[in-house]
Amino acid sequence: MNENIIKIEHIAKVYTVGIEKVYALRDVSLEINRNEYVSIMGPSGSGKSTLMNILGCLDTPTSGLYLFEGENVSDMNDNQLAEIRNRKIGFVFQTFNLLPRSTALHNVELPLIYAGVRKAERLERAKIALEKVGLGDRMEHKPNELSGGQRQRVAIARALVTNPSIILADEPTGNLDSKTGNEIMKLFKELHDNGNTIILVTHEQEIAENANRIIKIRDGLIESDTELKKSKSETENVNA
Amino acid sequence: MRNLLFEIWEGLLISYRALKENKVRAILTTLGIVIGIWAVVTMSTALKGIDLAFQQGVSSLGSDNLYIDKWAWFNNEEPWWKLRNRKNLTYDEYEKYKKLAKLPIAIAPSVFTRKTLEYDGARVESAFITATTSEYLQTTNFTFAAGRFFNELESKGGRNTVALGFELAKQLFPQGADYAIGSIVRIGGKKMKVVGVLDKQGSWVMGDFNPDNQAYIPIEFLFKNFNKRRRKSITINVRAPNSQSVEAVKEEAIGIMRRVRGLAYNEKNDFSINQQSGLLTQINATVSVIQIAGFFITGLSLFVGAIGIMNIMFVSVKERTREIGIRKAIGAKRRSILGQFIAEASLICLFGGFIGLLFAGSSTFLINQWLPASIQIDTVALAFTISILTGIIAGFAPAYTAAKLDPVDALRYE
Repeated sequence: MNENIIKIEHIAKVYTVGIEKVYALRDVSLEINRNEYVSIMGPSGSGKSTLMNILGCLDTPTSGLYLFEGENVSDMNDNQLAEIRNRKIGFVFQTFNLLPRSTALHNVELPLIYAGVRKAERLERAKIALEKVGLGDRMEHKPNELSGGQRQRVAIARALVTNPSIILADEPTGNLDSKTGNEIMKLFKELHDNGNTIILVTHEQEIAENANRIIKIRDGLIESDTELKKSKSETENVNA
Repeated sequence: MRNLLFEIWEGLLISYRALKENKVRAILTTLGIVIGIWAVVTMSTALKGIDLAFQQGVSSLGSDNLYIDKWAWFNNEEPWWKLRNRKNLTYDEYEKYKKLAKLPIAIAPSVFTRKTLEYDGARVESAFITATTSEYLQTTNFTFAAGRFFNELESKGGRNTVALGFELAKQLFPQGADYAIGSIVRIGGKKMKVVGVLDKQGSWVMGDFNPDNQAYIPIEFLFKNFNKRRRKSITINVRAPNSQSVEAVKEEAIGIMRRVRGLAYNEKNDFSINQQSGLLTQINATVSVIQIAGFFITGLSLFVGAIGIMNIMFVSVKERTREIGIRKAIGAKRRSILGQFIAEASLICLFGGFIGLLFAGSSTFLINQWLPASIQIDTVALAFTISILTGIIAGFAPAYTAAKLDPVDALRYE
């Protein structure tokens, strides 16, 4: 299962503010394999959000190479990136980012609409995804009728529904109390155990340690890249 | 193709959902289009009505008719003070023309005058009276609600008989046309027997000259009782066998009239030959001016409505920046976002157009009291097309703004 999903080489991202050039990322290279569970850590201003945006194909690097499942995405146009995001990446955000006036079911169904899936199949798959995150009985609820944890579950279901190659979670527990946060982290662990590849962006050590590998970013460079010696069976033991 | 349809359909569903979620705003925005479409449709049906009424009015004159007259209806050739110095057309000249003309199927002299009509307390002041011969009927398309036109005998003898126009009869005889037949009315103080009441001709264009408001009496009666034979200029009403022969009849009439009036070869015609096609040209010119003005004014109200839509759509895009960010993050392409917002604007406009049409339906009903107006299927189609086009045009700029938003910035937008 050591198939390479993400491979970036010498990625840099430069913003021009007035006449000054600001380096959000200077020179970052890394590889992420299938079924890895990676945390990207770093203080604010370290460039981790920029890295996440680039990894998530929301943004393109100023220079460097980005291969996603072997495809060069570093110089794709807007629409091609949108297609990659739609098919291959599931996003989970700190602020959930659900459509506020739509039901949970519609929120989960949304990526499939853009993927061009027919209605009946869409609903079927959305229902399955919601059941997977334990919200089978909340499908017709709107976000404001759901708790924070439930909202994040809807967001996770939305990320899962397209069967993406990676799930990219940006501070998924940032807006949740620690108990709910732990439940969400448990859900991620389950997803990982089921074969999903997860990239978790956080600034909390405790949260980051849920992953098997921690990449620390500082000043636009990789500061450290550590494998945590946790095997799949160990994870299962923790769950038990 | 199938994919495109799918996307359009999904775009419509998404925008329908978005509209449902923002009902008040959608309704307020719609208002501009409602008023715009209302105005455009009402105006267009009213204009069509005016046009139709004109056409009907003019055609009631008969397209095969010529009118030999001292006066020109459209004096492009000579100023009115010169026309005024022309000799009157006389009854004698009419008789000579009638004897010489071979082509026309009917020729009748007519003189206009105004007299007061009275019957049993009912009174119509200075109504239009056409004094003519029985042959006049053949120069018109008149049909009768009751009775008949005065006959040849009555015509030649100048008998005190009268045929009343529909409206005139209604004023004098509220009891109905049948009741009028055989009744004695006073016209300018003289007792006259009603022999016929015309059907409604409905050509309001001709104003007081409308047959509905006229009374027809034998010209000999007029000469005997009111006017000397020579006092007034006569109009000679000529009907050609068909519209193709109108020109020939006209040429013949010019020739005969020049002869009858003893004009030398180098003298200009001292009479005019009028025909409805000239009137039609004139009317069409007037109607098209009204149309242009009308469409410009109502178009303006639609334009204001469209600006309203554009404005609201811009606000909506701004307000939903985050939503756009979310949609883009999970894979919406530019064209999906573009389509969504254009569809939204179009749906608003379509809905507005529908409501506007309903309003226009009721105002058309009102207009129909005066004009022959009705909303045709092509008007409906036009209204919906205009609505959708307005939506697409007004929605494009805001939708384009939305479509090219950067997903990262949009997601960060508070």
